Amino acid sequence: MFPLIDIKHITVGYDENIILADVSLTINDNDFIGVIGPNGGGKTTLLKTILGLLVPISGEVVFHDCMTEGNHHRIGYLPQINNIDRKFPISVSDVVKSGLMSRKRIIKRYDKKDTEFAGQLMQEMGIYEIRNKAIGELSGGQIQRALLCRALVNQPKLLVLDEPNTYVDNRFEKELYEKLRVLNENIAILLVSHDLGTISTYVKSIACVNHSLHYHPGNKITPELMEAYECPIQIITHGQIPHTVLHTHES
Amino acid sequence: MSLLSMDFFRNALLASLLASITCGIIGTYIVSRRIVFISGGITHASFGGIGMGYYFGFDPILGAVLFGIFSALGIEFFTRKADLREDSAIAMLWALGMALGIIFIFLTPGYAPNLMSYLFGNILTVSLTDLIFLTLLTIGIAAFFILFYRMILFISFDEEYALTNNTPVRLFNIILICLVALTIVLNIRVVGIILVMSLLTIPQAISNLFTRHFHRMIFYSMFFGFVGSMAGLIFSYIYDIPSGAAIIFALVIMYGIAKMYFVVRKAMVK
Repeated sequence: MFPLIDIKHITVGYDENIILADVSLTINDNDFIGVIGPNGGGKTTLLKTILGLLVPISGEVVFHDCMTEGNHHRIGYLPQINNIDRKFPISVSDVVKSGLMSRKRIIKRYDKKDTEFAGQLMQEMGIYEIRNKAIGELSGGQIQRALLCRALVNQPKLLVLDEPNTYVDNRFEKELYEKLRVLNENIAILLVSHDLGTISTYVKSIACVNHSLHYHPGNKITPELMEAYECPIQIITHGQIPHTVLHTHES
Repeated sequence: MSLLSMDFFRNALLASLLASITCGIIGTYIVSRRIVFISGGITHASFGGIGMGYYFGFDPILGAVLFGIFSALGIEFFTRKADLREDSAIAMLWALGMALGIIFIFLTPGYAPNLMSYLFGNILTVSLTDLIFLTLLTIGIAAFFILFYRMILFISFDEEYALTNNTPVRLFNIILICLVALTIVLNIRVVGIILVMSLLTIPQAISNLFTRHFHRMIFYSMFFGFVGSMAGLIFSYIYDIPSGAAIIFALVIMYGIAKMYFVVRKAMVK
């Protein structure tokens, strides 16, 4: 086990509105961290800071050598699907290949190896047959698959997923988590989700983000844990599953 | 054919070809990226430059180029930094440009010649200078899109993702918005300020019925744009009506026919 990224005491916010205060976290090579927390608690802000889209007001995000290749960090990113314009005229295979953008010099075309790897990924995800279709013709699950291929095509060391289970069918959701479990044998995964019940069986550890960050090195979510970390969250379940309604804490 | 032997008509033909190419490429970009409203703002802001050209006695199109580029860069810069809501800011710029243009033209002593041709365009009065600039722009845009096609496509599709990949998103956005401004301003001579947006959007709307791929949309738009311009030009010649309006009218009719074709075909399949 070796560290990929050290997040050291970062404070992040927009204008005067501090969203994350003094947050620290180390991501190791074989981690599978579930990031949970209430809406507006700063989950996406944490992701965007790791991805370099937001610059912390104080503190720093340190990338270890193996995370850097050329001019970019070896992170694959699966954004929330509603960040994507589904009417944009682009084909599935172009979406996947856009993940290679940083590795290619601006003008250079793709070499055979890249195209083959992209094809192989699309085959694994079951979207090879529809590679020439425009994304506007696909279902939510199929778009997620294409975006996941895009995130993986550059062979990242860390895969970051932002709410991958919204707007997809149950079948894809299960497939996705199984896929992530396999991927986790080689790369680290950081998964943001509001659906605590499902992710807890897959993740190895949990980071609860609500203005601050509480790291729990295990995947058992108990009411005591949640209370102890002052982390009010929502659990959505169906049928006869025992559940606990948590109080909202003032932190 | 007697029409072809006339210089002005040959110029008009060339102008519509160049307009179709530039608007085919740039229009596909602005429609895909949903910056049609921004482009409308740039178009109308450039009228301020035309007014200044009249008042200070330089070529109004030069003024429009300056205003177009500055407003494009202003939008690119301020909509990211300032607290103004983006659409309100653009509407403000839109109206400000028009107001400045009107004030300057009002202050200019005497009659403002060709004012109507800037507002509504007149493809039949396109000059050799206009054609040279349009040709240069066509070459520039085509070269830029051929060289950086993938980069442009990927940045337009998902700017945030491009940023996480450390690609020069900002630089590309600036170059592209300047190309948008130049395309708009140089095509003002062809169809005028009021109508230029339709040359950037209607061919794309027609193409979008046939394809959902960026590169095909570009080529189809060029084709439909050119056919529409030709048809409009012939209408305007036969019925002696303003060419800009005739071109737009022809394009809308083409859209109507294409749309109807798809509606009927869909109904037949069911």
